[in-house]
Amino acid sequence: MEQKTGSFEVKKGLAQMLKGGVIMDVVNADHAKIAEDAGACAVMALERVPADIRADGGVARMSDPDMIQKIIDTVSIPVMAKCRIGHFVEAQILESIGVDYIDESEVLTPADEAHHIYKHDFKVPFVCGCRNLGEALRRIGEGAAMIRTKGEAGTGDVVEAVRHARSVLGEIRKLQSMPEEELMAFAKEIGAPFELVLETRKLGRLPVVNFAAGGIATPADAALMMQLGVDGVFVGSGIFKSGDPSKRATAIVKATTHYQDAKILAEVSRNLGEAMVGRQISSMTDAEKIATRGW
Amino acid sequence: MKIGVLALQGDFAEHQVMLETLGAEVFQVRLPEHLNGLSGLIIPGGESTTIGKLATAYGLMEPLKTFGKTQAIWGTCAGAIFLAKDAHRPQPLLELMDIVIERNAFGRQVDSFEVDLNVPGLNPGEKQDLPFHAVFIRAPLIESVDKGVEVISTLEDGRIVAARQGKLLATSFHPELTRDNRFHRYFMELAK
Repeated sequence: MEQKTGSFEVKKGLAQMLKGGVIMDVVNADHAKIAEDAGACAVMALERVPADIRADGGVARMSDPDMIQKIIDTVSIPVMAKCRIGHFVEAQILESIGVDYIDESEVLTPADEAHHIYKHDFKVPFVCGCRNLGEALRRIGEGAAMIRTKGEAGTGDVVEAVRHARSVLGEIRKLQSMPEEELMAFAKEIGAPFELVLETRKLGRLPVVNFAAGGIATPADAALMMQLGVDGVFVGSGIFKSGDPSKRATAIVKATTHYQDAKILAEVSRNLGEAMVGRQISSMTDAEKIATRGW
Repeated sequence: MKIGVLALQGDFAEHQVMLETLGAEVFQVRLPEHLNGLSGLIIPGGESTTIGKLATAYGLMEPLKTFGKTQAIWGTCAGAIFLAKDAHRPQPLLELMDIVIERNAFGRQVDSFEVDLNVPGLNPGEKQDLPFHAVFIRAPLIESVDKGVEVISTLEDGRIVAARQGKLLATSFHPELTRDNRFHRYFMELAK
């Protein structure tokens, strides 16, 4: 009875335990406690939420391990942390301090403009962003055990999250209705590994858990993404950039569970105080968008 | 047979698929009234703190306790924690099973593992020497059990990972993540 750690089943399995839940960005132990008390199924430890990364400019890197450690010591739920795209040494550091999931994230400044991390080499699982099916399957091919649609982080505008979720889910529906002889050309067209295209077609969904991220700011936003067909949501700036983080966090957790119950959604949406101010994506230049990072 | 899956958070859909392939009629339970008419309920893996908070917020704690007095309940991982009388932490628990649970007993995610378990007596009349491939994800351990609780499976070192008390079943691991439906069949027998 030999025990086997770090297998793909085990990595993918943790994401399955997060389903139907809300993963919240937190920048210190106090935030992490608020998130856990609100019912977050995991927290993402980072030094600045995406809205602040946008506002501050400059290079955004992995957070201080000491700050991540404090969060690990504070909560009993899983703790995730971000490394830069392609920065496998930041990933090695995060693995060594015991984070439960690494987000190879476009929110940070990319360290490699051609390659992502080869994630199969790690015992710790990775989540990666995508805008479409091809990008999702390339990341899974590299070893990502969980996918999140990117949206546009730090904006509070859900429009890109909707676009990316519709793109992934729509391409899967298209894939399922294709005759077999068209599959190879489809794999070529979207730049995805052929075996994963076949598996996705057979399953009728991505082979790993798929959350939505980037711009979710209200309970209704969370429920919208769930009704579109994702497995759960990440909320970044939307909680701690709002007027009453604890109340809003609790409401988003409830909305993610009761996403089909409009009466409950109305109830939890009452008197939440100010939502994050946000930035309308249609007013942004392409250079300001971070979802285009990732290859 | 009507079986519910507690659908507050976690991998309830995986349980649902497994039960449906075994011919059960499956209902997602999010509110107290969803328990009506069910013969059994599975509390899935997930985050036990999240599940506990949502159960409290929507008035499910008492109805679940009452349900468990007469009907079958099976908790996997977070669900096993939720069934226990004690988890060494202040969090909402159903306290239906006389077991003490230690959360995250094996460490963090990098320590999550797969292993083959011996589960003697799982399905009477079937081959008993076939091990059950068990997946442990940031798993809890059943630290101790009171009299009246039957230990169903242990790790090689004797630590308890599955236990049954009447119609209540707790497993530290996730049969719903495998293709082996023996535990689900075992539970459906309990729910009969």
